[in-house]
Amino acid sequence: MGKILTFIQHQDGQVSRNSLEALKAAQELATALSHSLAGVVFGLESPPEQLTGLKLDEVLLVPASELKEYTQEQYIAAMNAVIAAESPELLLAGHTYQARDWLPRLASRLERPLVSDCVGYQLDGQITWVRQIFQGKINADVQTTPGLAIVSFQSGAFRSDDLEPGSPTVRTLSVDLSGVTLHVRPGDRFQEGKGTVDLSHAERIVSVGRGIGDADNLHLVRDLAAALDAELGSSRPVVDYGWLDHDRQVGSSGQTVSAKLYLSVGISGAIQHQVGMKNSGCIVAINKDANAPIFEIADYGIVADLFEIVPRLTAAIKEHRGT
Amino acid sequence: MNICVLLKQVPDQGSVFTIDSDETWVQEDNLVFTTNESDNYALEEALLMKASKGGEVVVCTLGPDRASQTLKDALAKGADRALFLRDDAFDRLDSLGAARAFAAALRDDSFDLILCGLQADDTGEGQLGPMLAEQLSLPHVTLVVQTELLDGCIKIKQELEGGWFRHLEADLPALLTIQSGINKPRYASLKGIMAMKRKEIKQVSAADLSLTTGDLTPHQILKRLYVPAKTKETQFLEGSPDEVVAQLVEKLANEAKVL
Repeated sequence: MGKILTFIQHQDGQVSRNSLEALKAAQELATALSHSLAGVVFGLESPPEQLTGLKLDEVLLVPASELKEYTQEQYIAAMNAVIAAESPELLLAGHTYQARDWLPRLASRLERPLVSDCVGYQLDGQITWVRQIFQGKINADVQTTPGLAIVSFQSGAFRSDDLEPGSPTVRTLSVDLSGVTLHVRPGDRFQEGKGTVDLSHAERIVSVGRGIGDADNLHLVRDLAAALDAELGSSRPVVDYGWLDHDRQVGSSGQTVSAKLYLSVGISGAIQHQVGMKNSGCIVAINKDANAPIFEIADYGIVADLFEIVPRLTAAIKEHRGT
Repeated sequence: MNICVLLKQVPDQGSVFTIDSDETWVQEDNLVFTTNESDNYALEEALLMKASKGGEVVVCTLGPDRASQTLKDALAKGADRALFLRDDAFDRLDSLGAARAFAAALRDDSFDLILCGLQADDTGEGQLGPMLAEQLSLPHVTLVVQTELLDGCIKIKQELEGGWFRHLEADLPALLTIQSGINKPRYASLKGIMAMKRKEIKQVSAADLSLTTGDLTPHQILKRLYVPAKTKETQFLEGSPDEVVAQLVEKLANEAKVL
């Protein structure tokens, strides 16, 4: 019987949804493999409320004061000590920006593989991890050599509302971090453009991608959004090119939305975009590339030149709504 | 300010992939290759730093023969010289193996900064930068969206999730992974393309870097590639533009009931 550790990322005791999703994968794996399961929490004296009612063998608290705020160097040193003490088979985590910052470096220090951004697993004597490559167009089955594997899960790959209930014991582990010198010194977190555009509550979103070609063409999607009473959203490249402000961006580095209607125009639908919008109700995709990943999750697909479709669609919507 | 930029050649984002008969990679014959998107931003950031602080920009890649084009493109944009890690032993490395190869190649150079893109658009792992920093015992910062060089250190704006950011200060030398959108990558000028032809591309093998089979053996093995099963049944609307628009409005109104 081995051990599974799941890293629980939190901000001031509020657990990241990605960590709870990883915990769901961990619960399944612990049951199937007869492994024990511990949730590892850094920088807190008592377990976060969201963990206390869950089926875990234990919550492992590492309350060291150096871990109150995230620093990559302290986190790596602390997890290195936890792994040395616990000898887990698996270390699981959500594939968050924070995880991307420190888990690869931890893996390199331990000389063990990190299987990042997984969307699932298969069990058949050994564990096969499933990742997406080529921006979600192809799936890859991956296995690791015997020994510890570190695995991070894509946002939404598992459902945190399916977590099994239970009552974990709580154990505290002290680690000595006095020898860690910070070569990267973080300042406070801050938000930009907060509250200017809140897409998370929008009922309808018209979202535009790099297929629009130029900022001068944006009036086409603005007109469509206006006809639909929809907010305007975008994929990352449109913001990178400076065509729209960051607060319009949907995806892992922007906002997460769940609109009743999500109409995407010229968006290929890379994983990073999909994680921000795939829980929308009705998804429409207009793209000239029939192989674009956005069509994997669309309810209605139109494979065509958006410049042929969008003006006609705007006119037809106006006519339908009598405006 | 001497800067090394790591580049990767990847298939163009619009590529259509056909899985190879051994199901462990895709057929490359019909693919168009290009420099990884966030790597272009890393290169531009290095060229901007060179313009303000002087020094040298070295570009480095690992890949098959075709990857030399990515180095040539970077030299044409203004990089000074290139290092090409080219060896059949470098085929199908995992991230840790690639980090070891780059570490062996860069360890003896004294770069003030190593820049790379946030993640490669082909395998999407996002691991090489932090792993290389560990191998070279350099501090690293990921998801960099702004830089400012100070005396002996660098001030960075880092992107966090959901519209949050923070500033950090890192000691130099350091490794940064650059987020796309940080700058406006330039195009090569005709003069740059002419100058590229006189610039050096130094090719190094595993033996040149004293790398053993053990150093390069993957801990993460790609077993099989396949096209993902669809989770949704997409209704593709077909016909003339007027016809598909009429169909869509009808379906949004009466089937999805979202109008």
